[in-house]
Amino acid sequence: MILETKLPGLPMKNPIMPASGCFGFGEEFAKLYDLSQLGSIALKAATAEPRYGNETPRVAETPAGMLNAIGLQNPGVKDIIEKKLTWLEQYQVPLLANVAGSTMEDYENTAKQLADSGLVGAIELNISCPNVKEGGIAFGTDPDLAAELTSRVKKVSSIPVYVKLSPNVTSIVDLALAVEKAGADGLSMINTVTGMQINVNTGKPLLANKVGGLSGPAVKPIAIRMIYEVRQQTDLPIIGMGGIHSVEDVVEFLYAGANAVAIGTANFTNPFICPEIIQGLEQWAKEKKVANIHDVTRSEVVEQ
Amino acid sequence: MIKEEMRIRSNLPIAQHIFEMKLEGNIPEEVNQPGQFLHMKTTNQVTPLLRRPISICSNDKDKGQLTVIYRSGGQGTKCISEKKIGDTIDVLGPLGNGFNIENVNRTDTVVLAGGGIGVPPLYGLGLELKKKGIHVVSVLGFSTASATFYHDKFAELGEVFYCTMDGTEGHKGTVTDVMRRENISFDQLFACGPVPMLKSLEDTFPDAKGALSLEERMGCGIGACFACVCHVQDDPTGKDYRKVCSNGPVFPWREVALR
Repeated sequence: MILETKLPGLPMKNPIMPASGCFGFGEEFAKLYDLSQLGSIALKAATAEPRYGNETPRVAETPAGMLNAIGLQNPGVKDIIEKKLTWLEQYQVPLLANVAGSTMEDYENTAKQLADSGLVGAIELNISCPNVKEGGIAFGTDPDLAAELTSRVKKVSSIPVYVKLSPNVTSIVDLALAVEKAGADGLSMINTVTGMQINVNTGKPLLANKVGGLSGPAVKPIAIRMIYEVRQQTDLPIIGMGGIHSVEDVVEFLYAGANAVAIGTANFTNPFICPEIIQGLEQWAKEKKVANIHDVTRSEVVEQ
Repeated sequence: MIKEEMRIRSNLPIAQHIFEMKLEGNIPEEVNQPGQFLHMKTTNQVTPLLRRPISICSNDKDKGQLTVIYRSGGQGTKCISEKKIGDTIDVLGPLGNGFNIENVNRTDTVVLAGGGIGVPPLYGLGLELKKKGIHVVSVLGFSTASATFYHDKFAELGEVFYCTMDGTEGHKGTVTDVMRRENISFDQLFACGPVPMLKSLEDTFPDAKGALSLEERMGCGIGACFACVCHVQDDPTGKDYRKVCSNGPVFPWREVALR
């Protein structure tokens, strides 16, 4: 069975990667298994300066999901390059560096530093984080701003640029087409769905940030629908994500139109989920007599 | 740290909403300090989704068994409380850094100050201290008499002061109240309980040696998700932090900001 998946900037040995923000910079998971098994690693978001993030509570559990409002806590791009990326180099896994910021200049500077480091394969523009006050989400909900940001980052980046799309929009297809036109090399979708939970005993929101991003199995049908819709309008590579917990989920994303997938929240409930799914995917293909993972495509779904 | 299906040897209520569970598996062999914790999957279904961090009360490497004490409050811990002898439970552990007692001298007096469901890890700590021949005094606070537990066990460690907020058992008031009122002195103070209790102890005994253990909502439990971070003291930038799950849950006094 051929699992090899070649995406712009990311020559992956299989289509599985941990999703940004759910894997830190890999240090914790490296103690549990060999990271070189992974197809790629989507790194925790980098910003120009270090960020503490939001106050706690930062997570709240919901039916079949969780809300988070971490607030892009990270040590800043300089430290990330010097300490985290140089350490990750030993695993020889193509890295997808997630970039966030408050202004277009922030994004440009951070993306350029990461691209110039020579240590990452591609940039993932985080224009959809629902948990920071400025920037982020505004770029992710206005197609014109998203396009402008994409083309500006493309100009300064020597490596491919993926745009991570927000589901918190009326038409995700409009956003996808806008960034494609602006030169995006790929899409990753979906980021978390904005949500809120209120403690009925106190009448107060559970999260210190009041609202947060919903992830986990609860959002999977939203992700599948959105990828399916976008795939009908573009041939851009899509990294699909949203509640993946099993091999069957991965296959569903491939059918919807994803070329590769990212596993997020499931890393929290089972830190071994990524290698388990990679193994499971090989087993699944054997049973179904699938010779190449790329034979599992959307065509059957689309043409019905 | 390993992930395994541990077998449940007993799971019984020992006080109001409080359960004691004995588990068997390979994790006990890995435990190296009292105060470490387990991250438990409460069900094989997707709800409740997240694991529950539960501190290890006591550990027996030889038997491959450990004991946890938890409060059945929310949906997750209710699932755990419904598990039967012989069932298995998906456990990640041992996690975190526990109480380091290498710097406790044989001649020291140690006070274990516990509040509510913060009491259990102090029992395992007390056992280790007693093994070293150290004089242990326990000051245990609860909301009310029906919430108290482990009377006999703590009595075996040394002198015990009970206190309840409503005065239904032992002294009326908080752990700090009783320590002040009874002039309980110590060389080292180890505490686990709600943040207001820890804060009040730290304010009352600003030079205390020893450590405190924090409880916090957690995501992954291994340091990757940044759900359980806390600020540190003496940090004008406000950007420094500790992760409760992987840097803690046990910290020296005055290291982390209690709020």
